[in-house]
Amino acid sequence: MKIAVCIKQVPESEARLRVAADGKWVEEEDLTFVVNESDEYALEEGLTIAEKTGGEVVVFSLGPERVREALRKGLALGASRAVHLSDPAFLGGDALATGHALAAALAQEEVPFDLVLTGSQSDDAGYGSTGSVIAGYLGWPHAWLVMGVEVEEGEKTAKVKREMESGMNEIFRLGLPAVLEIQAGINQPRYASLKGIMQAKKKEIRETGLADLGLAAADVGAAGSRLEILSVAFPETGKAAEIFEGDPAAAAGQLVEKLQKEARVL
Amino acid sequence: MAKKIWVVLQQRDGKLHRMSWEAIVAGQKLAELEGGKLSAVILGSGLEASGEELASTALAAVHLVDNEALATYAPGPFIGALAAAIEAEKPDLVVFPHTYQSVDFVPRLAQTVGAALVPEITGFELGDEGLVFRRPIMAGKLEAQVRAKGEGTVMVSVQSGAFSPDELQSGSSTVEVLAVDLPELSADREILGVEDVGGEQVDLSQSEIVVAVGRGIGGADNMGIIEELAEALGGEIGASRPVIDSGWLPRDRQIGSSGQTVAPKLYLAAGISGAIQHLVGMKGSKVIVAINKDPSAPIFGIAQYGIVGDLHEIVPALTAAIREAKAE
Repeated sequence: MKIAVCIKQVPESEARLRVAADGKWVEEEDLTFVVNESDEYALEEGLTIAEKTGGEVVVFSLGPERVREALRKGLALGASRAVHLSDPAFLGGDALATGHALAAALAQEEVPFDLVLTGSQSDDAGYGSTGSVIAGYLGWPHAWLVMGVEVEEGEKTAKVKREMESGMNEIFRLGLPAVLEIQAGINQPRYASLKGIMQAKKKEIRETGLADLGLAAADVGAAGSRLEILSVAFPETGKAAEIFEGDPAAAAGQLVEKLQKEARVL
Repeated sequence: MAKKIWVVLQQRDGKLHRMSWEAIVAGQKLAELEGGKLSAVILGSGLEASGEELASTALAAVHLVDNEALATYAPGPFIGALAAAIEAEKPDLVVFPHTYQSVDFVPRLAQTVGAALVPEITGFELGDEGLVFRRPIMAGKLEAQVRAKGEGTVMVSVQSGAFSPDELQSGSSTVEVLAVDLPELSADREILGVEDVGGEQVDLSQSEIVVAVGRGIGGADNMGIIEELAEALGGEIGASRPVIDSGWLPRDRQIGSSGQTVAPKLYLAAGISGAIQHLVGMKGSKVIVAINKDPSAPIFGIAQYGIVGDLHEIVPALTAAIREAKAE
């Protein structure tokens, strides 16, 4: 099967964040970026299905120059080639605009994809919508929060498990091609091997822009978005925690005293 | 003209989902702010009794969209029915609970009808820029003020716990079948069943003390310090989702929206940043203690006590201090 995996690069989860000078996003200057968590699981799922069915994975990402590093990781893990939606016009989009650009790039392949995988939610903007929007543009079925994929014989359908609240999964059959938005925890992502990393250096990362995709600047990026971020800030917390600092033993001692004498829970 | 506001409720077997009530509260507040009229919309099959639960809730109407194809949830029929209803009635604002079901179909519904979608809102204000919504970004570490651009319907989904059902305005409502011609609704999924992932084997909700561990623990090999702390406190071990997904603890230890909900007298969170999906499962705890190396971690926002630092140093120190205190 021919499988596409769309990945996003996001700030590393432990990163110390600062608000950017314009107040509309985080300062990206000194941040470390990684592949979004659920997208890593999507990559692993794509690679596993490709191995089982004898196929290939093509990895897609939209973003500035730095996302080549994320694509390189996908290639090192086993994707055969990568597509970078690198046009600056693509930047700053909401899920609708980003999904539009990705769908256009996915539809350009000479041999169409059988399956498109994305993560279920990004750890930065967190719209949780991009895969659904891609499916909408392609006119394919989709499912969000996917916890299991089993491609059935004939490769025309897949049995899909989707997470529900309170520890239950629902199970259904989808016709292919489809877009599946993968939930973290569906599998155990592999690590790149040294050989994989070496091979990745020789694999193609194709850049694509507005003109290549036949899109107008008004369709994508901030211009094509229905959402506008006016400002970002650290949330006000209702009651600030009483913080104990300093040497671990001293801080631990102070905390235990509070838990005994003030909170009375010990 | 008064703005037309809808809240689309999630229900199962005639009973509304908990978060549907929270979405009604958000809808009532939006109607107040915008000078609009709030109506509820319920989709399903054989809905006759479904409006009864809402009889004493302040709503302009309860619209039922009743069709056999809506008996079991699948995105295709839900999108088809709601798109037809929205195109016919042109609501200004449509509110959804941000459930695992609604996130599955609402983005594509918004795209289908050309609506702007603001997912996972926690609040809103009416300002110079019009209606401005608050929503978490960066896994809850930051909050964004967001506005919908362009013409037409705006859709929002309301984050779990952002509005309290205690604030529900009571009144009355009339139930009516929404007079909309539905297109042919065909399922885009063949439903095969449900499976229990076995999330409730260890019942953490009965434990008075829970020591919960997050991604900050770094690996299964480091779990010993957590076990020792739990033993010293006489508590059970729980975890946030990344720990379970990484296979460091079994899934029946997971606390949060896709795991168990707990409210012990002491909840100690070590290396948990406090994403909303975790917070909804433990925020009812009596005393919350957080240990995290990031002072801006959202967990400190709901904790009573906190220690900022490396849990690998602090947890053993805490275990020692507790043993000492208990020995006295």
